[in-house]
This record gives sequence, C-alpha cells and structure tokens, in this order.
Amino acid sequence: MIALVDYGAGNLTSVRKALTTLGAEFETPREPAECRKAAALIVPGVGNFAATALLEGPWRDAIAAAVGDGTPLLGICVGMQWLFEGSDEAPGVRGLGVLPGQIQRLHGDAERRLKIPHVGWNALDFRKPARLLAGLDSGAQVYFTHSFAAPVTSACAAATTHANTFASAVEDGNVFGVQFHPEKSSDAGLQILRNFLTIVTGSQDPTLRKGEDA
Amino acid sequence: MLTKRIIACLDVRDGQVVKGVQFQELRHAGDPGELARRYNVEGIDEVVILDITATIEKRQAMARTIGAVAREIFLPLTVGGGIRSEEDADAAVEAGADKVSLNTAALKNPSLITTLAKRYGSQAVIVAIDAKRRDDHFAVFVRSGTSDADRNAVEWARQAEAYGAGEILLTSMDRDGTRAGFDNEMTAAVSDAVNIPVIASGGAGTFDHFTEVFTTGHADAALAASIFHYAESSVTDLKRHLRQHGIPVRL
Repeated sequence: MIALVDYGAGNLTSVRKALTTLGAEFETPREPAECRKAAALIVPGVGNFAATALLEGPWRDAIAAAVGDGTPLLGICVGMQWLFEGSDEAPGVRGLGVLPGQIQRLHGDAERRLKIPHVGWNALDFRKPARLLAGLDSGAQVYFTHSFAAPVTSACAAATTHANTFASAVEDGNVFGVQFHPEKSSDAGLQILRNFLTIVTGSQDPTLRKGEDA
Repeated sequence: MLTKRIIACLDVRDGQVVKGVQFQELRHAGDPGELARRYNVEGIDEVVILDITATIEKRQAMARTIGAVAREIFLPLTVGGGIRSEEDADAAVEAGADKVSLNTAALKNPSLITTLAKRYGSQAVIVAIDAKRRDDHFAVFVRSGTSDADRNAVEWARQAEAYGAGEILLTSMDRDGTRAGFDNEMTAAVSDAVNIPVIASGGAGTFDHFTEVFTTGHADAALAASIFHYAESSVTDLKRHLRQHGIPVRL
C-alpha cells in the first residue's frame, strides 16, 4: 500500500485519478505512524512552500524515518521542493532535508518574454541514468506550473531550462522527485508514475530488483 | 524551452458542447468526453470547459461534465462559467478541475481572486477577460458578454495579476467565432502589460492565425473551439505547421 500524504495543500484529485488508472493501491494516511508501514510514500503539493509547515512535527519525523528505512519516496512539485533543506519562498519553514540545497525563485526574462510563473510544457534534459525516467527519451515534454525550483545538484536526473536551468527530476537512492506534474503530463507523465510503481514493487520483492523494470 | 500551448475550449450548455458566433447563435458540437478524448490523442496541451450560460442561468459549474472530461485526459483542466464563490471553486476542483477561471465574479469581487490563489495557489486561478474594441481602447464586458463593465482590459489584467491571478484568458468578442484571426493587437497590449501568461482566444480560423498570435500577438497560449470541434483541422496538423514556422510546440 502506497501512502499518499495529504497535508491539506492543493488538490489531490488528479494524482488519485492517475494512480487509480495505473492500478496502484494507495490510501491517505490518517496518522503519521501509517507512513512507517507503507510500501512507498508520495508527497504531492501545489501552491506555496509554506503549506509544507503542516508536515512539521510527527509527520516529518515519520516520513524521515520511513525514508531512512529505505521506503521509496516520490515528491511532486512542492512535494519535491520539500525534499530539499528549505525554500526562499518560506524562509522560516524547513524542508525534509534528504537532499542538500535550497529552493530558489525562478528568473524571468522580459526581453525574451519568459514569464514567471513558468507555466506550460517544457523539455526534460536527462542528466544521469534514472529509474524514474525509464522508457522516456531526453527531450520528453512535461507540464510545469511553478515559480520556485531546485538547483542542479548530483541528485538531478533531468534539468529544464526557462530563463535559468533548474532540476526538474531528482533521484537519489530511494528518494525521487519531480518538479512538473506527471498526473497532468499525458503519456510521458503516466510513464513516470508507472516507473515509480515498478520501483516500489521492486523494493518490496528482492527477486524483482534486477532486470524487468525498464 | 517553454512551448506555446494549444488549448481546446469546450463551451458547454446542458452537458453538451455548443459553439456560437460573437457569443450568439449557439449550435451543437458534440459530447464533451468524446471531444476531450480526441483532442488528447491529437496532442492538445490543455482543455478548458466553459459553462457559457452559467452566469445568466445562475447554475453551478457542472460536476458531471467535468468528471466526464477529467476521466478522459491527463492534462491540465480548467473550468469556468458560474464560479462566483469559494464553494463554487471547491466544487469544480473536487470534480477534477486543476484551475478555475473567474470572469464576472472577479470584477464584482476581486478579493475572490486572492482568496482562491491563497487556497489553491495562483497557478490554479485564471482571470478571464472578454473584451471589445472601442475607440482607442479595449472595453471589458461581463455576464457572458451582455454587460459593459466600464473597464479597460489592459488595466484590469494588470490589477487581476496584482490580486493573485496566475494566468489571463483574453477573449476578443469582436473576433469570437468569426474565424477572422485573433485580435493580435489587443493580445499584445495585455501580454506586454502583465508578467503572467496570457491565453489568446477568439477568432482562430487558420493555422496562420495561430502563428501570428504567437509572434505579433505575444501570446503564451492560444485557445480555440470551432476550428477543432468539427474535425476540420487536427491539433497535430496545427502543431506541425507551427513548428515549421519556428514556434516551439509539444509534438
């Protein structure tokens, strides 16, 4: 069972719909302790980084402990940003801190008519082999809507360029994140969610760990 | 590079897609779920459902239609028409909308933009502006284009951004349904005045109209209805044309 963490920020309807379509078994945990028993965790999120303050305390501790135990974690949009140490959008709110780095405001460029928020379909420029991106080619287009983003670090699996270049997908061990919305990115997005489900299955059954997940 | 978005608009009345000319003479154009499915296959970037009679007939946004479309696509889905309160927006989001589009209600009560932007994020709040050319400016109309709001479209777009709107959906009432081309001058005037994306609407008739609105019109996205509904032109063909003309699109 995958725990889809609902901390009251934003709309989970489309994430639920995508997971249901892919045949995933998931539920929204009511107690932080349920995160410890989950096969995987998904932290979605839209809007402001400040909303993640609602995860501070027992939820944060439970999620950190589960990740420490090797449970796969996928952060989506603000959920990915939360994997880092903090964000310039909400300086008083700390992130989960499983990835080093600080979330920063995207730049616009009036001359080139590059506006903020960065809204629309943009390309993934692959930076390293990543299980999350299996079956896709570098250059695949996905749907973004955000004003803040993660720096390109060693965790960066794919980068995207607007006025500046930022990490659009991260992968580090059992920690995964996407700045874009896979649930709104048509076939490419569904493939990424499917890859995560394959990773989850593989992490539960050691005999499935090798091979067939591409 | 961020691509230019092509958005299909489903003007819905009584659960069916209809299309009018200059906001009048509605005719039937099909089932919303079926049209959304076809557009998805053809590579549409987003879908907008507008309940065009909601404001007049005082109906709430149609949860069933939203659900039927949301089931068919994994794309951003915007719902507009008759969203006058936080409760109306909640109902649309609950039914599967990713964004809500405010029109009359935003002008009457701009704080609703701020309330919804705080609740769902600015990216989820579109302010729709229906405007007509008048003398030396672009005049805003509300209540499905029936009532002069006594506002200038450029000024109103700027204010809507300040209130927290994440995008502007700008419809030329002069061009709506005429297929005479987008109002590129008006689109550029609004797009240059704000820092948020502007979706141009009204007047799409040929592929070149889209090329023009993305170049001289400075649009970030273009929305059309009739050019796609009757299967005269496919989204795929349009995007190939745009790419050939140097416009970045998702293909």
